[in-house]
Amino acid sequence: MNEMLKAVFNKKLPDFELAADFSMDREIVAIVGPSGSGKTTFLNCLAGIADPDAGTIVLDGRTLFGKGRTVKIRDRQVGYLFQDYALFPHMTVRGNILFGLPGKPEPPHVTELTGLLGIRGLLGKYPREISGGEKQRTALVRALAMKPRLLLLDEPFSALDDATRIKCREELMRIHADWKIPVLLVTHSMDEARRVATRIVKIEKGRMDELPAGPALLS
Amino acid sequence: MMGIPDLSPLALSLRVAVLSTVLVFLFGTALARFLGRRDFPGKSIAEALILLPLVLPPTVVGFGLIMLFGLNGPVGRLLEDWFGIRIVFTWVGAVIASFVVSLPLMYQSAQGAFEKVDPRWEDVARTMGVGEWRIFRTVTFPLAWPGILAGLVLAFARGLGEFGATLMIAGFIPGETVTVPLAIYFSYEAGRTGEAAFWVVLITLLGLAAITWLNGRRRKTARLRGRE
Repeated sequence: MNEMLKAVFNKKLPDFELAADFSMDREIVAIVGPSGSGKTTFLNCLAGIADPDAGTIVLDGRTLFGKGRTVKIRDRQVGYLFQDYALFPHMTVRGNILFGLPGKPEPPHVTELTGLLGIRGLLGKYPREISGGEKQRTALVRALAMKPRLLLLDEPFSALDDATRIKCREELMRIHADWKIPVLLVTHSMDEARRVATRIVKIEKGRMDELPAGPALLS
Repeated sequence: MMGIPDLSPLALSLRVAVLSTVLVFLFGTALARFLGRRDFPGKSIAEALILLPLVLPPTVVGFGLIMLFGLNGPVGRLLEDWFGIRIVFTWVGAVIASFVVSLPLMYQSAQGAFEKVDPRWEDVARTMGVGEWRIFRTVTFPLAWPGILAGLVLAFARGLGEFGATLMIAGFIPGETVTVPLAIYFSYEAGRTGEAAFWVVLITLLGLAAITWLNGRRRKTARLRGRE
């Protein structure tokens, strides 16, 4: 199998050690586990926000960490949707989405994404003026605006009501079908993981174990 | 009856306060950002030195500045010999005194303001391929601005009101180094109570105006920002 992402590393945390042994292809993989189990740290290490103590991270044949080198966050081409979205409060939706492309015209894929997710009418608004679902969509387009090679989603649906959550989930799966990039989704909900992901990896006190594919996943 | 007093102390006070505030803004912001992000041996000593003028009597600051910038001081002699610049008994000395006493206020405000900026905003910006300088200019600084603004107003007010250190390094030279606080003291000492009262009222109004303006700006920023 062609491995788009391979991450084998260790990182000491206050209460335990995160021992990551993980690989994925152009699929959606869910990382599940209780709070404080190391899920976000795992994503942070992939994005470059935190550095492992030892090991390697290779994305699409390019070493991001290990073998004596650490690629900077801004050069990793990793899109990251944070829990609570972390939209820039002093910028409009357009400013947020195009922040990485200053002075350039809106690229076609951004126009397409904002149309697909129904947020074109919100481009001039500020984060405080839009709903939770709209913030989630804005953050998703922002994470995809730079055409990342890997998309990290940290609890992307946790702040949404049920109806919006279902809609956002469907939109994510549609975008994944079009873009075909590896998507890593962190969630504490097994139900959500089963509905979205092709594989589920459980993380507990820093140990990662893949859960066997059940009927729901196979379907 | 008292005529309108010579207004040169007001012009000089404003010139000194504005210049020292500009310097304090540049150095205070840069130091707060630099020291807030880095750990190195001697960091707590560096921070203590910046904050020291807050707890020292202004006369001690003035004494230290004379030792440093006086004609026999290491920096003073250097400036005199190489550039022909004299600091003591000039208005430039008043700027330096204001700078030293107001730097801790700016430093503390800026440090608190930068700490309040959620580091995730900067991390998001980095994942979008943006460089550190642009992140500072367009994300960190604008989000820290309300706190930095408060520090600027405090620093300006402190610079405007500086007396002890200014008197020691700049002396009392009418038209050259007499700022409003010095004018109040020496008018009163000379028995010109009316003139002293004029300056007291003026500087009180300036202080009130600065605080009112700052509070207005704060409310406006809070309203505009709202919650994310």
